[in-house]
Amino acid sequence: MTRRSAIIWLTLLAVAIVLPWLFYDFAHHRPAGFVISMLSQMGMMIILALSYNMLLGQAGLFSLCHATFFGFGGYSTIHFLNAAGAGELPVPTELMPLLAGLSGLGLAIVFGAMATKQRATAFAMITLGIGELVATAALMFHHFFGGEGGVSTDRMIDQSLFGLSYASGIQVYYLIVGWTFVAALLMWLQTMTPLGRMANACRDNFERAQFMGYDPRIVRFLQFCLAGFFAGIGGGLYAITYEIVTFDAVAAPLSANALLMAYIGGNMVFVGPVLGAVLITLLQSGVSLMSNSWLIYVGVLFIAMVTFAPAGITGIIMAHGPVWRAGRLSRLILPYLRLVVPGIATVAGFVGMVELLSFLTIGAAAGKHLVLFGSPIDANTAAPWAIAIVLLVVGTVWLRFEARYFARVWESVAGSVEARA
Amino acid sequence: MEVLLVSLLNGLVYGMLLFMLASGLTLIFSMMGVLNFAHGSIYMLGAYFAYESTRWIGFWSALLIAPLLCGAIGAAIEIWGLRRVHHNGHIAELLFTFGLVFIIGRSVQMAWGMLPMPYRVPASLDFPLFTLYGLQFPAYRGFMLLISAGMLGGIWLLLKRTRVGMIIQAALTHPGMTAALGHNVPLVFTIVFAGGCFLAGLAGVIGGNYQSTEPGIADAMGPIVFVVVVFGGLGSLAGCFIASIIMGMVVTFSVVIDASIADLLRPIGIVPRSDDLLGEILTVPVARIGALLPLLMMVLILFFRPRGLLGTRDT
Repeated sequence: MTRRSAIIWLTLLAVAIVLPWLFYDFAHHRPAGFVISMLSQMGMMIILALSYNMLLGQAGLFSLCHATFFGFGGYSTIHFLNAAGAGELPVPTELMPLLAGLSGLGLAIVFGAMATKQRATAFAMITLGIGELVATAALMFHHFFGGEGGVSTDRMIDQSLFGLSYASGIQVYYLIVGWTFVAALLMWLQTMTPLGRMANACRDNFERAQFMGYDPRIVRFLQFCLAGFFAGIGGGLYAITYEIVTFDAVAAPLSANALLMAYIGGNMVFVGPVLGAVLITLLQSGVSLMSNSWLIYVGVLFIAMVTFAPAGITGIIMAHGPVWRAGRLSRLILPYLRLVVPGIATVAGFVGMVELLSFLTIGAAAGKHLVLFGSPIDANTAAPWAIAIVLLVVGTVWLRFEARYFARVWESVAGSVEARA
Repeated sequence: MEVLLVSLLNGLVYGMLLFMLASGLTLIFSMMGVLNFAHGSIYMLGAYFAYESTRWIGFWSALLIAPLLCGAIGAAIEIWGLRRVHHNGHIAELLFTFGLVFIIGRSVQMAWGMLPMPYRVPASLDFPLFTLYGLQFPAYRGFMLLISAGMLGGIWLLLKRTRVGMIIQAALTHPGMTAALGHNVPLVFTIVFAGGCFLAGLAGVIGGNYQSTEPGIADAMGPIVFVVVVFGGLGSLAGCFIASIIMGMVVTFSVVIDASIADLLRPIGIVPRSDDLLGEILTVPVARIGALLPLLMMVLILFFRPRGLLGTRDT
């Protein structure tokens, strides 16, 4: 590890430690509860997204059963905690996520042996089947999964390396910070091992990798197992935080979430999934409270990413690197500014249409009142519909026009940067 | 005996419905290498479109309008969506259709709400076709069988007996060579994708009032159709057909079987306790884990025969 990356890692750790204290709740003399729970959620999601990216980004494997290992780790931890609480398992709380990771690893070995026989699309289908299999089983078998109600535990088992009781959220948060840091560091180091490099090679050209004497199947298998291990750790933290694990932790929506986080953040750079996890968690706790059409926005964002920016947000940022180094970033300011107004118009028009439509069918039935952009709106009058449609149509046409201009400037700037290099 | 015969008929109806969905998916997948995750969503759209057009025009025209709309949506997805991401590889195409699932799912909820729609069997088909051991077999199920058998024959004729079918078959295995011979392969892709969506829409029309028309049906049908495609093997319509019928039978029969693994073990003297995990797995009746069986079968066939039943190639 170079000195520069060591500084970055330690800075991030320091930020994670200090962050909850910036939102101090003076009434109760502790950091604000909702901030802690959101940051805790972020930590788990970072592990989930990073471990997912070991498959998607590093090995080019599109898996749809990642939540299976996350959830299995969670369920196992509940049972470990219950056993520890009953005095049958002398393991401190701090090491529970490790046991969860090992459970995830065990399951990943079983399913990985089947799934990694294939790659690309067939792999995606098999993992879809495995995910559905475990999720369905979770609803049916009560001894391990607890059926629909899930299984619950008490995390205060009185076994701690540091004498902590884990009664308060902040103690659990620091446990999550510690494990997220360790897991992320290990995953980062793994990208530089021969296995990590071979995973990249098998992603880019598996026939060539095979020709050089490596078995792509073994590489896929090992990568899959490791991803399952780290996902299990995330699930262990989930179980410790919420003290209950239900069907939601193994079900398909969480697998989809892992994919969304890794892809929107950017799967070609290590920090991409971290950014994605933070962003999606923020959006989820923000937007999903305000709108019940949260999924359609995510879907549109995702499709837009797949079509126009396959390298994700970090990919967009990275593309500006060479331009910035060549000192040409100033030429892009005007084109960017010209995108702002039509961009806002399009988004506002789209959000307006979605909210108006979904209010008529879902919201009105629930007896709610529609509030858009801070003002109450009557969805039965024509004016809001007309405004939304005009904004959407005019915005889209204008945006297309400006996007062409932007593309022209970008081509010329990038071309001149390349010519100099 | 009566249970057996009735389940056999119902299994056949469900299996043929599965085949209508799976055949389109298999064709699209074998030909373009694109696994259309949104196939279940198109099925759902078909059901909703059929409900709307039944309300305004009537069931018989819905039988044509809804699939045509679904086909048009499929063509639009292929032309404006998949072609753009095609150069980023198959994973990008997969991700694209995966995103569509969210959008279509939410759009349907936005347009029609969360509650099931009262999409009913047309009155002209709402009578018992025949009575079997005192149990009535609805005419609508016979009609479903008729439609799906007609579709099976139609697809077979189209692929084996027409020029378009020949080109589709050629593009299935040798897209490069077919293009070199002067055929418009991208157009063939669009036709196949739209055709697959047409079939899914048709399945939606006749399946929407057989099951129910609600936002959950896309998620309910999606995975089992994938199971059928994997089980039957890639690139093989015959395998797809056999797998559909098998899955239809498995799902229908598992509902009526009340035995468990423990019942098989009892004659050899093993009586498992039911108060631990293993015991629970052994004593749970088949009827309760019916939804699990197709998935289990898929995992097993992948383990022993990764190509599926009649698959011609690995992917």
